[in-house]
Amino acid sequence: MSKIKAENVNVYYGSKQALFDVSIDIAEKEVTALIGPSGCGKSTFLRCLNRMNDVIEICRVEGSIKMDNLELNSRKLDVVRLRENVGMVFQKPNPFPKTIYENVAYGPTIHGIAQSKEEMDQIVETSLKKAALWNEVKDRLDEIGTGLSGGQQQRLCIARAISVSPEVILMDEPCSALDPIATAQIEELIDDLKKEVTIVIVTHSMSQAARVSQKTGFFHLGKLIEFGPTDKIFKNPDNQQTQDYITGRFG
Amino acid sequence: MNSFKKNLLKKRYNAERRFQWYGKIAIGLALTFLAVFMFQIFSKGYSAFQKTWIVTEVHYDKELLLIDAESPSKDDLENADYYDVAYKAMTSLDPGLPEEEDRQLIQMVSYKYETEVKDLLLKNPDFLGKIVPIKLTASDDVDQVHKGNYPRDIPEKNRRVNDYQLQIYDMLNERGDILSEFNISFFTSPDSREAELAGIASSFMGTVFSILVCLAFSFPIAVLAAIYLEEFAPKNKFTDFIEVNINNLAAVPSIVFGLLGLGVLLAVFNLPRSTPLVGGITLSLMTLPTIIIAARASLKAVPPSIREAALAMGASNMQTTMHHTVPLSMPGTLSGTIIGLAQALGETAPLILIGMVAFVNTIPGTPVDPAASLPVQIYIWSESAERGFVEKVSACIMVLLAFLILMNLAAQIVRHKFEKKWS
Repeated sequence: MSKIKAENVNVYYGSKQALFDVSIDIAEKEVTALIGPSGCGKSTFLRCLNRMNDVIEICRVEGSIKMDNLELNSRKLDVVRLRENVGMVFQKPNPFPKTIYENVAYGPTIHGIAQSKEEMDQIVETSLKKAALWNEVKDRLDEIGTGLSGGQQQRLCIARAISVSPEVILMDEPCSALDPIATAQIEELIDDLKKEVTIVIVTHSMSQAARVSQKTGFFHLGKLIEFGPTDKIFKNPDNQQTQDYITGRFG
Repeated sequence: MNSFKKNLLKKRYNAERRFQWYGKIAIGLALTFLAVFMFQIFSKGYSAFQKTWIVTEVHYDKELLLIDAESPSKDDLENADYYDVAYKAMTSLDPGLPEEEDRQLIQMVSYKYETEVKDLLLKNPDFLGKIVPIKLTASDDVDQVHKGNYPRDIPEKNRRVNDYQLQIYDMLNERGDILSEFNISFFTSPDSREAELAGIASSFMGTVFSILVCLAFSFPIAVLAAIYLEEFAPKNKFTDFIEVNINNLAAVPSIVFGLLGLGVLLAVFNLPRSTPLVGGITLSLMTLPTIIIAARASLKAVPPSIREAALAMGASNMQTTMHHTVPLSMPGTLSGTIIGLAQALGETAPLILIGMVAFVNTIPGTPVDPAASLPVQIYIWSESAERGFVEKVSACIMVLLAFLILMNLAAQIVRHKFEKKWS
């Protein structure tokens, strides 16, 4: 079942066009990986899905992006509500310089999700458990989040993202700043999370895309070259460019 | 390695060594200047913290005091005539002196000696009718002689202390009747035309009030302006224009702000002249751009990843700013504020224009009472001819410096606490 349906998305940074007619169907409760060389527009596309491009003044998005029949690329859309439903994890772990507890509780607080302290404690605990961080931090919830290791920080960011029970989580190269062990933990986590949420992940590592995703899209120079089941993309791509990229001949 | 390469390498090492030496020399020079400056101030000023007293005996004679009542009330003591008693206390130092020469003795103590005689009795009513020792403030000339700041070997007609007075001074000093004690009145008295009585209480309070008013006006306005410009305002020609103007404002000579205060605050709004309220507002015009620039710089320094994190969680712009960006920028903003206030603390010119240079011999209790400020006090005293004011100038500078150091220390402590909490 399709969760997000993008049609003819064009993105411009000032006069420079970054995305050309991208159309893609993202399935519900699956992991969709977006791969491609640097500057190909995969992150730009990802940021269209929670309207993070709004922050960039010169950025202009055209086309239609629908999530459950709700038009995302509309002026009337309430971005605060959208971002409650579409969480995001960034390339570099960026926990708030606050305590671990406050980091996870921030979303539920501003969206008024928890009614009481007990409920909030419960949300924090569940989120941290889902992010596989609970056992490591349960005794030091009042320590500063930025004091954790890189991998722990990224899992804290994931816990923060899932604390408001979003339907979609966007991940922008979540493992590129992490060591292999931390990367493996995050990948395991993605596997668990996809039972409940739809995940779109941008990654530079083709092996990671192959490991975690069910669908893969290959971007090149702002165009979506090929999109399909991960198995097919990696084993038997239709497009020569995809084939070349997968086999490491360019990019 | 061939010789060309060797030479090149040697040159590079030498260049670095030379460069390090330039740096060391520069720092050495700066430290020398600082040391000379400090030595100057301390060697001249430390004696101002000592006060010289002349000890004599006073006879609280009921008849001379013109007190008739058997057991006089407080009012009776208050209204008594102390002139003769005080006069006698001084002239008793040399009973052989002809009456027409008595001024020479009276001049050795401050003109307030009669009040001092009165205050002692008011404090100790049981002294009435008794002969008791009393400490009288020495005149600034005797004070300077005692501190060794006054040359005794110049011709008598060029000296403010004549030979007879020196003789009396030597006699008293030998008897141990010249006392030197910590100068409390320097901190508790307002300004005075007489160096021995002048203190910094008025200007100190004036400075405190001015700085508080300045902080109260400039901090909120500057921080709000900085937050709006940095986080909310669209980036266009108009905001660029504002930014350029704020930067220019920071470079405007302070006396111009003084003229503005004079022309607008005093002439148009009719605020009370010579008061810390007007002084503080005028100074806040000066600190405003400094704080705005510092606050904007520290807002800019907050990593964009924090903003993205908050926005991606669904925080509004306002929540992102108030929950994350502003708290993170506070240490920088506060230190910028302190720098701005420290500049304002040492500012003299604008305060002179708005009339805070007036001679004030009362201690202000509120920001709308007339007051001087420490730097203006330094200016006023440095204009005075009396030798006694020379040490006061240096002492006042020391107090100003101590004030500055305390402020910076407080800023450091606040900053340290914030930084611990936020990183």
